[in-house]
Amino acid sequence: MRWSRREVLSLILGAPLATRLLACDRPSQRETPREIEGRLLGQDHRAGHRLRSSPPGDDIFARAPVQTTEVVIVGGGPAGLAAAYQLRRNGQRGMRLLELEAELGGTSRDHRGPSEALANTRAPHAFPWGAHYITQPLDHNRPLQSLLSDMGVLESDGRAVREQYLVRDPKERLFYRGFFYEGLYPAIGATQEDRRQWQRFGAKMQALARMRDGQGRPAFAIPMRYGSDDPTITELDRISAATWLTKHGFTSERLRFCVDYACRDDYGLTLHDTSAWAMVLYYAARIDPATGRGTQVITWPQGNGALVAFLRTSLAADQVRSHSLVVDVVPKPEGTGVSVHAIDTRSGKPMRVDARCAIVATPAFVTQRIVRPIRERTAGDADRGRQVDYGAWMVANLHLSERPQERGFEQAWDTVLHDSPSLGYVNATHQRGRSFGPTVWTYYLPMTDRDARAGRRRLFEPDYSHFRDAILLDLRRAHRDLPQKLARLDVFRWGHGMIQPRVGTVWSPTRRTTSQPLGPIHFAHTDLSGLALFEEAFEHGVRAANEVTAVLRGSNG
Amino acid sequence: MTDPQNPVGPQEQPGGPAASDATATRSSQAGALPPPRPTAAPAPVTPALLLLTVLVIATAGLVYELLAGAIATSVLGNSLRQYSLTIGVYLFSMGVGSYASKFIDRRLAERFVDVEYAAALIGGTQGLLLFLAYGHAVAFSLLLYVTLFAIGMLVGIEIPLLMRILRSELDFKDLVAKVLTFDYLGALLGSLVFSIVLVEFLMVPLEQIGLLFGLLNCAVGILSTWILRRRIYPALRLRLRIKGTVVAATLLCAMFYSGRLRALGEQELYGDRIIFAQQSAYQRLVVTAGDGRVQLFLDGNLQFSSLDEYRYHEALVHPAMAAARRRSRILVLGGGDGLAVRELLRYPEVETITLVDLDPAVTRLARTLPALRKLNAGALEDPRVELVHDDAMVWLDQARRGPFDVAIVDFPDPNNFALGKLYTRRFYQLLSSALSQEGLAAVQSTSPLLSRESFWCVEASMRAAGLHTAPYHVPIPSFGEWGYVLVGRAPLAPPRSLRQKGLRYLNDGVLPGMFVFPQDMARVDAEVNRLNHQVLVRYYSRELSRIF
Ligand SMILES: Cc1cc2nc3c(=O)[nH]c(=O)nc-3n(C[C@H](O)[C@H](O)[C@H](O)COP(=O)(O)OP(=O)(O)OC[C@H]3O[C@@H](n4cnc5c(N)ncnc54)[C@H](O)[C@@H]3O)c2cc1C
Repeated sequence: MRWSRREVLSLILGAPLATRLLACDRPSQRETPREIEGRLLGQDHRAGHRLRSSPPGDDIFARAPVQTTEVVIVGGGPAGLAAAYQLRRNGQRGMRLLELEAELGGTSRDHRGPSEALANTRAPHAFPWGAHYITQPLDHNRPLQSLLSDMGVLESDGRAVREQYLVRDPKERLFYRGFFYEGLYPAIGATQEDRRQWQRFGAKMQALARMRDGQGRPAFAIPMRYGSDDPTITELDRISAATWLTKHGFTSERLRFCVDYACRDDYGLTLHDTSAWAMVLYYAARIDPATGRGTQVITWPQGNGALVAFLRTSLAADQVRSHSLVVDVVPKPEGTGVSVHAIDTRSGKPMRVDARCAIVATPAFVTQRIVRPIRERTAGDADRGRQVDYGAWMVANLHLSERPQERGFEQAWDTVLHDSPSLGYVNATHQRGRSFGPTVWTYYLPMTDRDARAGRRRLFEPDYSHFRDAILLDLRRAHRDLPQKLARLDVFRWGHGMIQPRVGTVWSPTRRTTSQPLGPIHFAHTDLSGLALFEEAFEHGVRAANEVTAVLRGSNG
Repeated sequence: MTDPQNPVGPQEQPGGPAASDATATRSSQAGALPPPRPTAAPAPVTPALLLLTVLVIATAGLVYELLAGAIATSVLGNSLRQYSLTIGVYLFSMGVGSYASKFIDRRLAERFVDVEYAAALIGGTQGLLLFLAYGHAVAFSLLLYVTLFAIGMLVGIEIPLLMRILRSELDFKDLVAKVLTFDYLGALLGSLVFSIVLVEFLMVPLEQIGLLFGLLNCAVGILSTWILRRRIYPALRLRLRIKGTVVAATLLCAMFYSGRLRALGEQELYGDRIIFAQQSAYQRLVVTAGDGRVQLFLDGNLQFSSLDEYRYHEALVHPAMAAARRRSRILVLGGGDGLAVRELLRYPEVETITLVDLDPAVTRLARTLPALRKLNAGALEDPRVELVHDDAMVWLDQARRGPFDVAIVDFPDPNNFALGKLYTRRFYQLLSSALSQEGLAAVQSTSPLLSRESFWCVEASMRAAGLHTAPYHVPIPSFGEWGYVLVGRAPLAPPRSLRQKGLRYLNDGVLPGMFVFPQDMARVDAEVNRLNHQVLVRYYSRELSRIF
């Protein structure tokens, strides 16, 4: 099928914006001056196909090479790595981790090593492909505080964050009607009423941050485990963020822009599809009830890849096996342990790891297919997989030889364009402290479709040049000479980027039971919380590791 | 230079039927107006003289173009772009002029003289006008290209017109060959005269060069009323000559007042004559000279004036050197002008000076511009000095060099976040770790009088980084009351005597008083400036807006 330029750009950017941008796009500028290097990247495709069909029979794995260990971890994202980190802290050394991809980190992975396109020592040496930041943990989150302490991110008091790890001021800027302004709120031209609502919204969130339930737990906390599950609070999950705003008289377009941006940024959903509970969590759980001030953002030039790199040091090189697609997790009879069946994605050869316990740290849609007791329980239940939706994301890294032109407020960590379906871009040299010379921008575009599968189609139908053109069209209104400064542009497609906290999903009854172990099989992954955050992934990894440690100690002792 | 398109218009009738001067002048009927002739035979003009005018016109045309390029470069920076743009626009507008010449079908000689005058007026005053618009970037660019286009167009009209006038004198082959030869010759002459004679040898200010060639151009116009007199009605001849005189008088006047006029334009920004201006990758550099002083501006902010920079730099360097136990390994952050280094080199015990400045253009300027070299006494060429071009904070963080005995920190004021980070607690932590256990640093810290909160915010940030501080201040006429902070990893006492005698400002008498703060500059409570929360940039812009 042949697509017209307008059709494809409308598909990626949405028809109204694409039409408008194309109208003021001068043909002279349209042609990229030279062929910009770059390619499409993504997760291992073969895995998806393999997992959709039923796994190879046990006889194949009975004859396959086998390794034995105490604990086998399936999935090397933050949750799996957090489990390894915690097992190590608990004194558990017998473990092995199987990861499907070549690289660890899951959706928090980064690119390490100098940019090939920018032959300059001042160019960034690391930049993210996915997750970018966490927020400063409050005191209830001791495990994360101690991780950050171990990393040297916290001051010696174990609480305050060293300033070089907090986002450097200025944090964000907004491109609005031709100019950059400081901050995210479009204050210019705001009416009295806009300002009143903005302030009232802040006060409302502060009140919600202080709120506690009957048992004295905070109403909203990250990780969710520390917050309330009281129905009077979780009932917010049944309405959308947009409905909640309207109900509370928050009608200001400017305010709603900011809240919509927050939902798209953290959850890949619009205001209309995000659970009001998740939206409130975004704000209220990030206010320190003690001081009433917002918790600050912690980041690294390579994003959360820095956390991944540190967690990985808990594992020796021979304890990690990448390129290993786990297809079956089988409890052994009579509680004698667990057998994990995997296929080497390069050779196609089967292999097996036998262990006393397994920690399955894969996304929920994978877990359902690879954990045998779950698969058997839900066989024939076609709806099982439909209960959660995954948002498709496009992440592009733009390698720039120099800073492009712009007008208005100076460069910030995060640059947002007011009426763009994208989230704008994060500048990789900002945290390093370089404001001049080569840099890499990480541009995020969530597919916020009401139907998640339509979003996935929008992600996989266009080809590389379409994405490149759409990104340039979107950014060139703020930076006219961007194409001249662009040395390379790579596009990463996350088909199942993150679980979406749609209305009614976070506090659905099924989600709440999925963290329970099934015999020797324990579970970790951010999906268990119903929303995708490093803090949740870390929490589940640590919890699963502690469960396993208790089991092993119990049986040893 | 010129590439006339079809110089010979179809309706042109140089040898039209005879008509009485009077009727020809008054009856402007449709169709070509025959030039006045006493006889039916073509009136001979002096080709040699006219060819000379081609030469002058071409020379002047090229000079206008070069001028525009030079001024654009000096104001907007990026010489490659400015030159290619001005040349491009100029050549194109000449093409437009050549084309437009085809619409002039009557009274060719008279039009030719008019065009000369217009070119003289616009071309001559362009430089001056541009300098007047100096302070306003948008107006400047607009003016630059509008005038450039006008001049190019006028010059583009000249040659085709002249060829048409000469057409009856020479045969076509000869005509094209001769006119173009003189045209190109003029271009060569223009470029040589402009760059070698006027700018480099005679050092005529740019705007004066423009006026000079404007006058020349005007003279050619007036002269043409004689050369072409047979083709101009007598009544018009006088009018044309008067016009020429007015243009010449205007240009002469402008020349006479150009100094004052130009100063008016720059005064807004710099006050003095600009002797160097460049847009580097990082900032705009301007050096001015006049009134016996040289000044350096970065992004429009005064860095020093040669009249009192010794006060600033002596106060920056010597108290730290007096208080330091060892003085062999020195670090200078910022200060690419070499003036602090000049002061440091007075100490024979100094073994190495590592100078870290973001902008290679600043250190290049300090090493090559005679006015600056004279001021810093060639300090940056000293074998003890090592130059590093990098962001000081990134360098401190990544290079991890040291330990240094003394550090001199001299950054521009924190008027944006990129500069503000160089005044944060984190920066001072990095600075501290680059110092030896007994090491000291002197830090330029804005004015405790004009920006009191900013000054004490800097000081508070240093203390928050675990440094011991001894703030001090010095009056500097160009800046006002200026502030510094002496910091050390160990508790420090203000020095009581200098190790260098024979300085121009400092002596042991004034030294102790510098560390005493009068009531209106005394410490105020200020927040700590942090990377993630740069209060200093906010303090500073608030205090600055209060002053201006
Ligand atoms: C574009 C984008 C931006 C984001 N930004 C942020 C952010 O700024 N901050 C934040 O906190 N969160 C962010 N997130 C959410 C982020 O995904 C989570 O923070 C975190 O990565 C979740 O970790 P996890 O270990 O639970 O899951 P994942 O990261 O999904 O890790 C799962 C791992 O399991 C592996 N795996 C899957 N199937 C198999 C199999 N069959 N066999 C073996 N291995 C398998 C995968 O390859 C992967 O490595 C972002 C997500 C995306 C997509």
